[in-house]
Amino acid sequence: MSTTMSGQNSQNASFGGVQAQAHSAINAAKIAIHNLDFFYGSNRALKSIELALPDRQVTGMIGPSGCGKSTLLRVLNRMYDLYPGQRATGEVLMDGENIIAPDVDLNALRARIGMVFQKPTPFPMTIYDNIAFGVKLHEKLSKAAMDERVEWSLTRGALWGEVKDRLNSSAMGLSGGQQQRLCIARTIAVRPDVILLDEPTSALDPISTLKIEELIDELKQDFTIVIVTHNMQQAARCADQVAFFYLGEMVEVAPAADIFTNPRQRRTQEYVTGRFG
Amino acid sequence: MSATTTRAVPGRAKDHQVSRALGRRRHRTNRVIKGLCIAATVIGVLLLASILATLVWRGAAGLSLSVFTHITRPPGSDGGLLNAIAGTLIQTAIGTAIGTPIGLMVGTYLAEYGRTSALANAVRFVSDVLLSAPSILIGLFIYQLAVQPFGGFSGIAGCLALAVIVIPIVVRTTEDMLQLISPALREAAVALGAPRWKVIVLICYRAAKDGIVTGILLAVARIAGETAPLLFTSLGNSSATGTLDTPMASLPVAIYQYAGSAFDDWVQLAWVGALLITVGVLLINIIARFAIRGRS
Repeated sequence: MSTTMSGQNSQNASFGGVQAQAHSAINAAKIAIHNLDFFYGSNRALKSIELALPDRQVTGMIGPSGCGKSTLLRVLNRMYDLYPGQRATGEVLMDGENIIAPDVDLNALRARIGMVFQKPTPFPMTIYDNIAFGVKLHEKLSKAAMDERVEWSLTRGALWGEVKDRLNSSAMGLSGGQQQRLCIARTIAVRPDVILLDEPTSALDPISTLKIEELIDELKQDFTIVIVTHNMQQAARCADQVAFFYLGEMVEVAPAADIFTNPRQRRTQEYVTGRFG
Repeated sequence: MSATTTRAVPGRAKDHQVSRALGRRRHRTNRVIKGLCIAATVIGVLLLASILATLVWRGAAGLSLSVFTHITRPPGSDGGLLNAIAGTLIQTAIGTAIGTPIGLMVGTYLAEYGRTSALANAVRFVSDVLLSAPSILIGLFIYQLAVQPFGGFSGIAGCLALAVIVIPIVVRTTEDMLQLISPALREAAVALGAPRWKVIVLICYRAAKDGIVTGILLAVARIAGETAPLLFTSLGNSSATGTLDTPMASLPVAIYQYAGSAFDDWVQLAWVGALLITVGVLLINIIARFAIRGRS
């Protein structure tokens, strides 16, 4: 693997699509992370993270297992609050508001920052109710308005055509790829500003993966997206900017094209060329 | 390549004679253990089958319409079990209705809120002790609490005693079933901005529903056949009053009283009662099985 990647040209070829995005500009920050530390008990899992997540663009997070990228995602929607002994210090500013402050309304925050998990997590109810569940938590809608919202979010989730005739059957009967798109649609239905995707395709087959990648490309027109992935080609295909994490540190962040073809840090270069990880 | 690999493995070269001998020994051991297992199964099943066969044989002989339409009467006057059947249904229903919500809430506390806190550990320990406590002690406990102070045996005291038996069973199954739910499902609901109680009620209960219902059905099956806790509480009653503030009959207590009597028709009624309870409990267990199968 490492030998085939040594030449600049073959590297470009492997990360198809990189060139197209090479010169796209990075937007202003939707979320700005300053001096963020995170602790599992006394274990410091994130170290002084500085990172800006551009508005309505895709930030990819890459790095070997245990490097802290999923941890950072769980800081952004305060998922760590579920578990005693986990805490974050520093500043995470979304539209100027520090979202890791203790007085933040977590349910309202999570309505603004949605999350999709590694394995599909359909609720044990109908497809329709899966979508309506999140909406009902934050809005009072008439039946007609709810129908409309369900259709809208399933359409945006690229699932409407496949499920429109069986909205009232159980979501557990969908395929893995359909379940994951349902989870994305369910997140969209709440109309968040930011969508966090934690290795959303690692449990899916290549066709489903492709569908979800196309979907991400669609969604970034309206949503700020953060995607954690172990798949560097996926980061190259989907992301506008990519951040490389290693041992709890954010080693390097750069536009997607640069990080794969012209990384500034030696560790980044070794990782993206497959020398470790 | 193969040469280097062979040399890299430490120890003597593989001896096929030895490996064949080891294989034969494994097969011999397998046959012996398998034989013992089958023998044990046959003995167990034969015992159960003989109990069931005797019960059906002796019980069916006395089965008639009057068993269901007549209340218990003095020997030789064509009595039935109507009051005992009704009493068991009433006390089982009310005992379940009282015990289930308490058990559900305690189980939910243990799985969702208390987890490993000192209080939760204490509650869990007490509940497990209660699960295996001799049921006659529970009868005596309710006797002190609801019989003595009110000056008499009553149906409601019987219901309370049965409820005390239901609670730890429902606590255990509820906690176990809630703990089986993957953390990812919980987090997915939390990530949509759902408050904790909604996650529990709308997502976790729904995901664990079949298991929890199974636990309740098993508790029903258990208390439907309980005798000891009723001896000190609802006592038994040979007339059908149908009120909860007076002593109340039940099938297990009727069996207990009739089976040892000197009258043939009472002994016959005890057999019928035993058959009715067994069939009822069997049905509940079958329903519980179906609930579990529906899950997986």
